Amino acid sequence: FSLCLYLISPLVPEMATQEVQLNETLSHLKTESDTLKTKLEEERAKLHDVELHQVAEKVDGLGQFVMKTRRTLKGHGNKVLCMDWCKDKRRIVSSSQDGKVIVWDAFTTNKEHAVTMPCTWVMACAYAPSGCAVACGGLDNKCSVYPLSLDKNENLAAKKKSVAMHTNYLSACSFTNSDMQILTSSGDGTCALWDVESGQLLQSFHGHAADVLCLDLAPSETGNTFVSGGCDKKANVWDMRSGQCIQSFETHESDINSVRYYPSGDAFASGSDDATCRLYDLRADREVAIYSKESIIFGVSSVDFSLSGRLLFGGYNDYTINVWDVLKGTRVSILFGHENRVSTLRVSPDGTAFCSGSWDHTLRV
Amino acid sequence: MSNNSAASSIVVAQKAVKQLRLEASVRRIKVSQAAAELKTFCLQNAHKDPLLTGVPSSDNPFRPPKSCVLL
Repeated sequence: FSLCLYLISPLVPEMATQEVQLNETLSHLKTESDTLKTKLEEERAKLHDVELHQVAEKVDGLGQFVMKTRRTLKGHGNKVLCMDWCKDKRRIVSSSQDGKVIVWDAFTTNKEHAVTMPCTWVMACAYAPSGCAVACGGLDNKCSVYPLSLDKNENLAAKKKSVAMHTNYLSACSFTNSDMQILTSSGDGTCALWDVESGQLLQSFHGHAADVLCLDLAPSETGNTFVSGGCDKKANVWDMRSGQCIQSFETHESDINSVRYYPSGDAFASGSDDATCRLYDLRADREVAIYSKESIIFGVSSVDFSLSGRLLFGGYNDYTINVWDVLKGTRVSILFGHENRVSTLRVSPDGTAFCSGSWDHTLRV
Repeated sequence: MSNNSAASSIVVAQKAVKQLRLEASVRRIKVSQAAAELKTFCLQNAHKDPLLTGVPSSDNPFRPPKSCVLL
């Protein structure tokens, strides 16, 4: 928030007085804004009586982890940008820079459907809860829904439905609890909730000062909120019904590329270009852990929790996946295998596996 | 600076102040309590977490595909 004072010789004396009055009001508002920010930090600091890892001191450490790549999904012609699991725990949808969206059976590695989008850089894709449709979008500034046909010969593109329209690229999308609504985030700095059937905008979310890069919906038990992260280094928590930003966190030092709720819904993790992952507790209203190492200097593109929330998986731009002990703050494992940046990572719905997608054109399970 | 852009800057500033007031008034709990609850959740659900406990090969849907012997 910057204050500009201009010296202008006014044409009319009344204009000059108005000018001065407006600038005074602006100045008062800025002071109040600064005071509130300080107060907010003070209130948060008062309750910061202990660190998470201290509370977890007596918890048994995790043993050695051996995680192997069980499947490699090959077929994309260019960088894999996004992926999502189907609720059936075996199907995966992935999208790529080459404009292709592919639905895979991860058990058999067969491709079940493929769609070519009219744009390149399909940065977002999501599976519908029913498993009967997928949503995707990217540089076309839209989010489109494709019903998945059982008939493999049917041209999926024919049934495409354009649902969301932004004024800049689509960075992320997610169905809500049903196939009927989609939440989107965009390079235009906003998030939006849409009705799939009519394409109508149900709610828009304004508050980020720059591109919004990611979002995640709260687990259904915890109510109608979602978290978003952006290039303004902020992670915002929103009330879906009112469109209001209810909490905001600004401790990262660079773009936030990924946000994911902790399984209980009381916290969320974020991954950023500042090479750290952080955990924010919603009830304490502050950051409670940082997952970083001096040796890790590349940005985190994607994060997700294991089923119990004990493990945090982070996909990094140095081609690795780091696995963190959420409670103790230590790294328990580092996974190699991808030959380029890891761009997307999701744990399967039943927690038995996780899938990573990479700029090396492949996905690994 | 025209009065119009000063006026719109004020509207932006008023929104920012309103938002900060809302955020400052959020009810908060102590980190020690919040952390304890995160820890409890982890520990209570640990046994259900396949990536934590491991899954026997027979139950693992992603076990390496067995090679078939055609007789």
